[in-house]
Parts: sequence; C-alpha cells; structure tokens
Amino acid sequence: MSSIDVPIRDGGFGKTSRRDTWWLQPLLTFIGLGCFLLYANWAAFQGEHYHWGPYLSPMYSPELWGPSPHAIFGPKPDWWPSFLPFSAALLVLWAPGLFRVTCYYYRGAYYKAFWADPPNCAVGEPRSSYWGERSFPLILQNVHRYFLYFAVIFLFFLAHDAWKALWWPDGFGIGVGTLVLTLNVILLGGYALGCHSMRHIVGGCRDVLSGSPARRKAYDGVSCLNRKHMVWAWCSLLWVAFSDVYVRLCSMGVWHDWRIV
Amino acid sequence: MADATFRIWRGDKSGGGYKDYTTQTSEGMVVLDAVHQIQAESAPDLAVRWNCKAGKCGSCSAEINGMPRLMCMTRLNTLDLSQAVTVQPMKTFPKIRDLVTDVSWNYKVKTKIARFAPRKPDAADGTWRMNQADVDRPQEFRKCIECYLCQNVCHVLRDHQMFDDFIGPRFLVYAANMEMNPIDSGDRLGALKDQFGIGLCNITKCCTKVCPEEIKITDNAIIPLKERVVDEYFDPVRKLFKMFTGK
Repeated sequence: MSSIDVPIRDGGFGKTSRRDTWWLQPLLTFIGLGCFLLYANWAAFQGEHYHWGPYLSPMYSPELWGPSPHAIFGPKPDWWPSFLPFSAALLVLWAPGLFRVTCYYYRGAYYKAFWADPPNCAVGEPRSSYWGERSFPLILQNVHRYFLYFAVIFLFFLAHDAWKALWWPDGFGIGVGTLVLTLNVILLGGYALGCHSMRHIVGGCRDVLSGSPARRKAYDGVSCLNRKHMVWAWCSLLWVAFSDVYVRLCSMGVWHDWRIV
Repeated sequence: MADATFRIWRGDKSGGGYKDYTTQTSEGMVVLDAVHQIQAESAPDLAVRWNCKAGKCGSCSAEINGMPRLMCMTRLNTLDLSQAVTVQPMKTFPKIRDLVTDVSWNYKVKTKIARFAPRKPDAADGTWRMNQADVDRPQEFRKCIECYLCQNVCHVLRDHQMFDDFIGPRFLVYAANMEMNPIDSGDRLGALKDQFGIGLCNITKCCTKVCPEEIKITDNAIIPLKERVVDEYFDPVRKLFKMFTGK
C-alpha cells in the first residue's frame, strides 16, 4: 500500500480535545477487573469455606479432588507435589479465567484500561510502538474458541451444582443460596452462549444459512445474546464473585442461609 | 438560542492554529450550519467540505469537541455552548486547508482489495437467486457512506500511523461485505491476515462508536472476519475437520 504523508503528529499520552469524562469508563473497568482479579486469586488459594450444605462455590466447580463431599475423584491426590499449595480451585479456575482473558469484549476493555492502548477513543497513547494481535504474545488470543469449549462444559457442571443445591438432607428445598447458584448459571450461560466465537461456530462461518433452519435459529439466538455481550460479561463476572462470597460467608457462619421452601 | 463561540482550526499542511468565531445560533441548527454562517459573516476564506447536509454523503467529517463526527449531524443543542465549541479537521489524514483533509489514501487502499467475484449463475435466466435472510448481513455494511470517521478514530492509523500495514475498519467492512456475500467466490482471508493487518485491530470498538450509520463494525464485520481467519490459519482442529469433511 502507498504511504501517507502525515505532516502533524500532535499525540501524547492522554492528549485529546474531548471534553467529556473519557477517563471514567477505563477507570471503572480497571477498578472492576482489578478488584475481581484480587478477590479471585485470594479465594482460589484459600482452599476452605467453599462449600456449605448442598452449595458449592462456582470458583471451585467442578471440584475434581478435594476434601468436600462434592469432590468427583475424592480427596487431595497423593501425586500432588508437597511444595505446591493445594486448592481445588487451582485445578479448574484457569479455564474460565482464560475464556474471559481471550474474550473479544474483555480484550478491548482491558487494552484500554490496563494498557492504555488507547486510553479511550481519540485520546493519545503513551507508546509509539504497536504490535497488535498479530505477533507473540497477543496472537495467542486466537485460541479463544478452545476456551469457549471448556466454558460450555463448565456450564453443565454449574447447572448440576444448581440442581444439587435443591436437595437437602431432608429432601427437596430451596434456599437463598439455591437461587444465587441458579442465577449464576443463567448469567454465565448468557455470557458464554452469546460469545462471538459461538456466534461464528453456530452460523457465522457460513455465507448461506437459509437452507438450515435450525442453524439459522441458533445463529439468531446467539446474535441476540451477543448484542448485550458486555452486560452479560459484567453481570456474570460480578455474580460469580458474589456466589463465592455467599457460600464462603455461610460456611464461616457469618451469614445465615434463609430456607425459602 | 444565544450567541455561541466556535474555536475552528485554521491552517494548512505547514501548520496552523485555532481561531475563535462568535455567531448567533437558532433552534435546530447543526455545527455545519454554524460553520456556514461564520463563512458568510466573518470568514469567507474558511475551507470546509460538505455536500448533502443530511448525513448521507460523508463529506463533512471533522472532530467536534475532540470526537470524530459529521458536522451536519451534530445538533448544537447536544453541545455545551457555554464554552467555545472546538471544530478541527480529522487528525489522521493530511491537512489540506482548514477543515479539509486529504483522504485519498483510502481510495488507494480500496484498489488493493480483491473485487467482488460472483460465482457462475445458477438460475435458468442466467442470474442468481438469494434468500433475503442471507443478504441481511452484507446489507448492513452497504449502509457505509465512506465518511472515514472510523479510519480517523482507529488508533492503529491515528496514533501509530501504520498506513502500510493496516487497511482500517472501513475496508474491513468492505471486505466483510464481499466475504459474507452468498454469491461471492473470492477469497480474501490470506490477504486480510498478511497484507491488510486484521491482527492489528485490538477491538477497542472506537470505529463502531463513531459510525454515523450505526454499523456494528466491530461485532458484525471485524470479529467475524477475525474468526474466519482463525478457521483458516490458527485452528488445527478445524483444519483437520475441513480436511476430512471438505466443509
């Protein structure tokens, strides 16, 4: 392509003629994602107070190995290296974590909030060099669809956890925690099933959808969720954290789970 | 409405600066009306490009209070007139004079993209049959008026000036329009990856934010193209699947 003659380069970090509060959105994203990262790391390394009654924290689900009755393969395995701290969350949290890290919405949001690339639209950047997502390490963002596959599998486990939260030692029952875990699956479902990669897989990869009514309906459904992908992303993120807080505080005896039915 | 001050960039390729003009405003005015009034009253040599005054020709692109917008679609009652309204030319492109920029780089880029290549007609009358549901997607992209506001706001061009490596959101939309067309047989994915720099887009959605036609540039054009590039070059499982099934 032919070069362009750009005579004036009046950029510079934060330089803009914008008069609105352009810094507010990236600041809120920085605070929101930063707080979640801190909390998720803290919670993942605790290794206790992640289950109570029929409830299991979504940050520890599926519990592959662990001390709780929810563990699929029993207690901590013997082969676990003694120098590594053990927590059931560390075995599973990487998958939903990387699903969010490689998500198209979050990418745009954290490039702005954490890397100021750019700080916001029409606002000057701190660096002159730029690689984008076409070279290492950001070219790895292209694996997003693989983490989507994991996220869909996890949805089944979380739905199973919500189902198990209906069954108490004395039979069927609904506690506030049951509603918390059920809403968690719904929000995560809205987020994962409305993902851009999902939209591509179910129909976006084709130029002609009219010959496949089921595929067309799936594409329209995913597109509908995708239009509010940012909202689903934030609601599901905050609710995962709240679900963990809820189960944790019930387990610690700080909160009392109110039994509705 | 009362008097309002407009701080308009005056100058050319060699340099320039802002100059304040005060003019009377009235109900229903847009920024382009005010600029024309200033031309008539106090600055007959003020250069501004415009045509339709209806948001359809894409000529009057500028930056109003720092945001890329069409002057003819920016109503004064949406601006704070208690302080001077800044009007400057698009930053990304070379300045010609005052509010007029040289956008000819875009025309050159367009010639590099493989043209629409319809497959062999499949109807008896020598034409094609398409279902409306299948052309809904590319039709959204045909709303583009080529105002180049998206090119102007894209930080890959605006801040990093990677004009040789990246074609910008407008031409990713142009490519998506053809790639998703049911009768197009062209393949632009290799060029999108290597020559046109689709990997340089980091999805900040600024192009979508400024589009006066409200085309969902990032969600409906760029990301689907990125996913098609992943299919072709970054997904070994998909590659294997394609090898065995041919789909």
